[in-house]
Amino acid sequence: MRDVYVLGIGMTRFGELWASSFRDLFVEAALEAIGDAETDRLDSMYIGCMSGGLFVGQEHIGALMADYLGRAPIPATRVESACASGGAAVRLAYLEVASGASEIVLASGVEKMTDGADVTAALATAADQEYEVYHGVTFPGLYALMARAHMFKYGTTREQLAQVAVKNHYHGTMNPNAQYPFEITVEQVLASSMVADPLRLLDCSPVTDGAAAVILASEEIAKKAQAHPLVRIAASAQASGALALHDRDDITYLDTVAKASQLAYQQARITPEKVDVTEVHDCFTIAELCVMEALDYTEPGKAANLVEAGETRIGGRMPINTSGGLKAKGHPVGASGVAQIAEITAQLRGEAGDRQVAEARIGLAQNMGGTGASCTVHILEGLA
Amino acid sequence: MAGIVGYGAYVPCYRIKAEDIARQWGGDPGAVKRGLLLEEKTVPGLDEDTITISVQATRYALQRAGISPAEIGAAYIGSESHPYAVKPSGTVLIDALGIGPEVHVADYEFACKAGTEAMFVAWSHVQAGHMKYALGIGADTSQGAPGDALEYTASAGGAAFIMGKENVAAEILETYSFTTDTADFWRKEHEYYPQHAGRFTGEPAYFRHIEGAGRGILEKSGRKPEDFAYVVFHMPNGKFPLRAGKLLGFRKEQIEEGWLVNIMGNTYSGSSPTGLAAILDVAKPGDLIFMVSFGSGAGSDAFIFQATKRLPEIQSKAPGIRAILGENRRYLDYGQYAKYRRKIIFNSPV
Amino acid sequence: MKSPQYTREIPQRYRLEAQKCKQCGKIHFPPRLICDACQSRDFEDVHLAGKGRVLTWTVIHVAPAKFDLEAPYVIAIVEMEEGVRLTCQVVDCNPEELALNAPVEMVFRRIQEDGQADIIQYGHKAVLQRE
Repeated sequence: MRDVYVLGIGMTRFGELWASSFRDLFVEAALEAIGDAETDRLDSMYIGCMSGGLFVGQEHIGALMADYLGRAPIPATRVESACASGGAAVRLAYLEVASGASEIVLASGVEKMTDGADVTAALATAADQEYEVYHGVTFPGLYALMARAHMFKYGTTREQLAQVAVKNHYHGTMNPNAQYPFEITVEQVLASSMVADPLRLLDCSPVTDGAAAVILASEEIAKKAQAHPLVRIAASAQASGALALHDRDDITYLDTVAKASQLAYQQARITPEKVDVTEVHDCFTIAELCVMEALDYTEPGKAANLVEAGETRIGGRMPINTSGGLKAKGHPVGASGVAQIAEITAQLRGEAGDRQVAEARIGLAQNMGGTGASCTVHILEGLA
Repeated sequence: MAGIVGYGAYVPCYRIKAEDIARQWGGDPGAVKRGLLLEEKTVPGLDEDTITISVQATRYALQRAGISPAEIGAAYIGSESHPYAVKPSGTVLIDALGIGPEVHVADYEFACKAGTEAMFVAWSHVQAGHMKYALGIGADTSQGAPGDALEYTASAGGAAFIMGKENVAAEILETYSFTTDTADFWRKEHEYYPQHAGRFTGEPAYFRHIEGAGRGILEKSGRKPEDFAYVVFHMPNGKFPLRAGKLLGFRKEQIEEGWLVNIMGNTYSGSSPTGLAAILDVAKPGDLIFMVSFGSGAGSDAFIFQATKRLPEIQSKAPGIRAILGENRRYLDYGQYAKYRRKIIFNSPV
Repeated sequence: MKSPQYTREIPQRYRLEAQKCKQCGKIHFPPRLICDACQSRDFEDVHLAGKGRVLTWTVIHVAPAKFDLEAPYVIAIVEMEEGVRLTCQVVDCNPEELALNAPVEMVFRRIQEDGQADIIQYGHKAVLQRE
């Protein structure tokens, strides 16, 4: 397998984008990535999308997007792994280039969530329909089950969960594409309306329209490009686990995140301490804590202490979700995993503006689907 | 001799007080309570219906009978609130309990008499030797129209009886039925709430049929009112069964044990069967029990039971109905009650 | 859920039918064609007795449209006495009555309907054991 580089990145603004259609969102992000890469060549494309069918009634998304991007007849494939669809699309594009089958491949993610579908029900299809959702559980509900179990096991507090959202909103103020670029307080989180006890509205990532795209290329192509400092994909890993939360040995521990990150650390030949900047899948505040623990950034039960101490803020020892994360940047489910790669690439290039992490050389992006039954981990290395 | 080998009764945990219904419609709470002799009634949870009530009551009956569900040859649910207009309630029940598929299933409907019909047919099969065990259930989640007198009483609950010839806990010594065409209460297809003929539901309907069946079975059996330890009648309100007892020559003390209506309401097809369950919870070997149901339309089924030595052995194998009525009562106000009984018009989908 | 899918799952929904791996002893609910623990395909049928304890719970305030009328309602992960876990509602209680390891038993209830004219879908919910 040969090395793969990130040649270009692009994303739409994230938010309630009433004027933009599903296909427009994709095309806008893809054109920005193509422009950023300063290339006209595309050999194939992958589109991560969780549920075009339920959100806008559209399947067969690969061909639709290739057509509207003006790139037919190149191969175009829709990738679905619930909220990890974006990460999975990046991984397939990576593998296609790494294998030598293609030179330049677009990986993208798109979701149009505000066109009037029952979003709660659509998102719930990422859980076990027959044995979880049948009984009326929602996604906030599943993460609330994890949160309460984490509280029982480790004494994690309500305030500690709120601090994750406060930190990510602070980061979001520096991201011009963020859906919610404003600060919030712990008190505001604790006073927000209950969604699924103990999780409140401000513990939850929002419903978002948006798309993101990255162009991946071989070393030969990347080294000819002059537009940006080089960023290499040092590892691409993925793991699967039990779809139903109740089937996990430990409800508070994300096995797939642990497995995918271990594979990624091995492939990149690094240890977790070497990571300078991280994007994690904070669909709910509890998720960021559980992911930090499974990434081996700290022992199980200790992640909240790092958040409390400010270690995960920009300027801290291990900045996490500098983009604002899913919480403040927004969570167009199929696009989030790709937007994470765009953020890490921007950081490693030194192009992250106000939210730039000083001397960031190694970045990690963790994306997951459902309650973590699918997880992708990518490690990127800046070669500036 | 064939009879009851296992019984069980169940009511939902939700309640509404008669006075809260009275206040909603500008009635006099005191007068309603005095007039109907009714404190409160049961209300089904949003997730309960005739089928779920029947399943829970039958689980208790199976616990008491100590038999394998697979040995039951027939299962009959009597109700005026079968959840489907077309599709049997009994099929859900038998698959939920592991009865069948080699089983005869039918749903019965005869206003408030459907439960004792189911019991009668189940007993008849066993008595005739068609099968080893048969199940008869009376259960309802009855509805009275908002503001109608029936709204004070129409409640939810039911009782299940497994009939057999071995290990009988209460033998059925005699049965008698009395039926005429009397339109005192009815509901046509697609109508949500029943209609009734006001005071015509009393003398020419309830009392005529209860008395007809009651006198008939006393005569047929050659027994006198004083022979019986316990008596239960259909209980559309608190007063009617007490008056029916008096008409037939029974004392109030014989009626009290099965008289659940003041704290349960009228569970329609489940009414007299649930009262019978309350009696079986306390009866002693040798006790004679007199029962007359009533269903509008109209008719009554009468039974004479005699408790056997086995009854005390099975009483505590499942919760008694007075214990169920007493524990975990969860009171609703009228607004919540209107939501629980789906009396509020929503935008779809709900 | 439409009728064919619903009907197929009746043994699990109505009777809590599970299976035990003859090789490693792991109990699966619902049954699987291959044991995820040991890859065996040799199973025996077991019925869950319907008693368990609450491992964690939530109270759903924002519900899918089908469950809107019931909100707020409790959802829990219950570990059955046989060791297998499942997700279900806990009903007939106040959320304040829930506790870690609270003993529960399963009762047969209506779970959902696609719409007023569609089939009623039944299954099991948990109630707190009060004795």
